[in-house]
Amino acid sequence: MKRPAAIVLGCSAGGPEALRAVLGGLDPRLPQAVLVCCHTGSETVDLLCELLARASRLPLIEAAEREPVRGGVVQVAPAGYHLLVERDLHFTLSADARVNLSRPSIDVLFASAAAAWRDALVGVVLSGANADGAEGMHELRRLGGCAIVQSPDSALARAMPQAAIDRAGADHCVPLDAIAPLLNQLCLP
Amino acid sequence: MSRAPDDIELEGIELDLFVEAMRRRHGYDFGQYAPASLLRRVRQLAKRHGDGDGAISTLIHRVLHEPELLPQLLEGLSVPASDMFRDPSVFRALREQVLPQLATHPQITIWQAGCARGEEVYSLAILLEEAGLYERSQIFATDLSELMLEQAREGIYPLRAAQQWSRNYVAAGGSHSLADYCSARYGLLKLDRRLRRNVTFAQHNLVADEVFCEAQLVLCRNVLIYFSNPLQQRCLARFRDSLVRGGFLCLGLRERPGSSGAAADFTPVDANLRIYRRAAAAGPGP
Ligand SMILES: C[S@@+](CC[C@H](N)C(=O)[O-])C[C@H]1O[C@@H](n2cnc3c(N)ncnc32)[C@H](O)[C@@H]1O
Repeated sequence: MKRPAAIVLGCSAGGPEALRAVLGGLDPRLPQAVLVCCHTGSETVDLLCELLARASRLPLIEAAEREPVRGGVVQVAPAGYHLLVERDLHFTLSADARVNLSRPSIDVLFASAAAAWRDALVGVVLSGANADGAEGMHELRRLGGCAIVQSPDSALARAMPQAAIDRAGADHCVPLDAIAPLLNQLCLP
Repeated sequence: MSRAPDDIELEGIELDLFVEAMRRRHGYDFGQYAPASLLRRVRQLAKRHGDGDGAISTLIHRVLHEPELLPQLLEGLSVPASDMFRDPSVFRALREQVLPQLATHPQITIWQAGCARGEEVYSLAILLEEAGLYERSQIFATDLSELMLEQAREGIYPLRAAQQWSRNYVAAGGSHSLADYCSARYGLLKLDRRLRRNVTFAQHNLVADEVFCEAQLVLCRNVLIYFSNPLQQRCLARFRDSLVRGGFLCLGLRERPGSSGAAADFTPVDANLRIYRRAAAAGPGP
């Protein structure tokens, strides 16, 4: 596999806690773009961003439409829209119907990111209570990306990582505290 | 020839051919839509209307040879998801900040572009009723898809949306109850037909069709997000040309009109809520 150009992370229930652990452990020198899709059910991700920014060692912002994807920055999908990555590495938002009852949907983000980065992408599925992300992870692996899944036993909600493993398999299935070190190892030049 | 294109590249070619077929066969140009979201929709269309394997190329044959499929193609390319009083804070601002300004005009014209199934049209109509302005208002509600417009004219929605919509209505500052404007039966919610009395539903393509009215308010939420930058700019210019000076423009909450081109002709009323005003005439001050 190539050295990854981007990392995509997906989660729902128990996701904010898991994200804090992962983002807190990432090496601040990582040059990769880090994209986050977390179902929150709230109208904005302001609170989520605040919470995560406190833990993250990389700068963290809400992703905005028409903006270029930025390396070395965590970019969080806004509430109420699907976040997609264009082949020219800009963000697009969509107000299309929910996918897996979710908008933003992890499947939508992962599938578009997989088409944009192909084998230079790492996908991570963390704690969550539904099966969103499983299809996206399948597509990501099909196009040569690397799949990391939080071991269901270490997840606050195990349905999401379990569904990802069942549908797509995984290159690495590890407990929460092993995910950041693994990402650093795969991603640092 | 060099290396063979892979799946993703092949699908890119198929998408281009689909766009070309829609343009040359039916005169609808999707060439300036943002590719990532367009691809999702065309994939869904191909799954529904193409051959077994769902390849986009199998849809192209039908695009070319089955003109009666066009309404479904356009519907599939819009698949909107909307709500009444979606983003209540925006409707509250319309009620509290924009309507009092509109009230100074003897006749009020509103253009709602990309009205989908009409959820926002009826929300606007209710705002106008409650402000006592509806009698002198005319709403033009337009969309690309004829099938969407048919549903919008009906004003019938699944009842399961009602709870959320009632909450939205209250959060938007509604002074009655949403139930006063609709009836529920057979698991369906039907909007009072009287809300339609000053609404004209019409097909209008933002890519190709000209300005057709002089409006005090243009509402176009979550439509330009599907457009590339140049097409977004063209649409903003069209909205500007449709608006009277000092007229209002309302976009979707996460849309970014930029600040150059036609966007420079608008000044923010509430930038967070994406409510803008067409700047007054250049030249000697007020
Ligand atoms: C996501 S919906 C927006 C619904 C509503 N305004 C809202 O924000 O909830 C987008 C709508 O834009 C319409 N649309 C897409 N392209 C268009 C075009 N070229 N001209 C007019 N309408 C278009 C679609 O048919 C769809 O109904």
